[in-house]
Amino acid sequence: MDDSQTIGSGRDWFLTGMKGIFSLPAIILMLSFVGFCAFTAQAGIPMEQVVFMTGVVWALPAKVILVSSILGGANLLTAFIAVTLSSIRLMPMVAALVPEIRTEKTPTWLLLFLSHFVAITAWVFAMERVQAVPRERRIAFFAGFGITLVLANMLLVAIVYQFVAEFPPIVAGCLFFLTPVYFLASIWSSARHPVIYVALAVGLIAGPLFYWLAPEFDILLAGVGGGTLAWAAERSWRRRKEVRA
Amino acid sequence: MTVLEGWWAYVFIAIAGWLATDLWRWLGVLAGNRLREDSEALNWVRAVATALVAAVIAKLILYPTGVLEQSPLWLRLGSVAAGAIAFFIGRQKPAIGIATAIAVLAASLYFLGF
Repeated sequence: MDDSQTIGSGRDWFLTGMKGIFSLPAIILMLSFVGFCAFTAQAGIPMEQVVFMTGVVWALPAKVILVSSILGGANLLTAFIAVTLSSIRLMPMVAALVPEIRTEKTPTWLLLFLSHFVAITAWVFAMERVQAVPRERRIAFFAGFGITLVLANMLLVAIVYQFVAEFPPIVAGCLFFLTPVYFLASIWSSARHPVIYVALAVGLIAGPLFYWLAPEFDILLAGVGGGTLAWAAERSWRRRKEVRA
Repeated sequence: MTVLEGWWAYVFIAIAGWLATDLWRWLGVLAGNRLREDSEALNWVRAVATALVAAVIAKLILYPTGVLEQSPLWLRLGSVAAGAIAFFIGRQKPAIGIATAIAVLAASLYFLGF
């Protein structure tokens, strides 16, 4: 009782997390979802599938790859590999977030459940703001934000889908373009390790290159090949700097 | 272009989408305490993951679907370049870069008669 009087109840912090839906990152994400919605509507993916995808996949890059795989006629295994490789980034993201939000009493099943709500936006938001939340209430705060963001976007997709096909061409084009531009800006600005910048640059070039060389496996090859190259380059620069220092 | 239909679509999305992503989130939870932030393996994983997403970004810009399919390549690259310049001038605030890129794209599309 003393605890909840000094640091606020779990419900209060859950509500505080929910209010994060009105933050700039959340609004940009929702606009990106309108863009994603336009992308899927133009590609002819049924609305029910897009809503389902939003809820169960959540991460936008993974969904874009999933939709691209579906449109390209990829089989289940190829699609799984492409999506799963693009989502490896979720593991270090979750691994970095978990020690920030849990206490010794937090059950693992709760963390497993809440990890579903981790994607770029929720992660950046949580890592930035969780410091200002009392440790005992961080789970509630993250749950409030993460769950609200997913449900709001599922609802948004269901409502907006019917209208995006009728958007004026300029609006539809701009909304489509929001997704790549948003990813570029948010990955660059949220990067905390030098290798991210190198990998981003290499991947931007390797993507089209492998699309030209081997269109069926382009994303996969660009990721593993380009990523390994970026890692090796960054490591050798780092080592050289260490030798000099 | 292929579109999946019926129950198979949901099985496909559940396996290739849901399982394929949550698998890493669950591993992330389990690794949470054990994974060393400074390990070289984690650095490699970061690089591969970022390059993958970057490849997707490049494809969306170079080979868009829908309305932008008919827009010239220089326009899309120019919009991204303008956004990047604004982003770096504006102290790397995502909103500044995004707004600039979209504004340049919208204005150019308008002048091209879209």
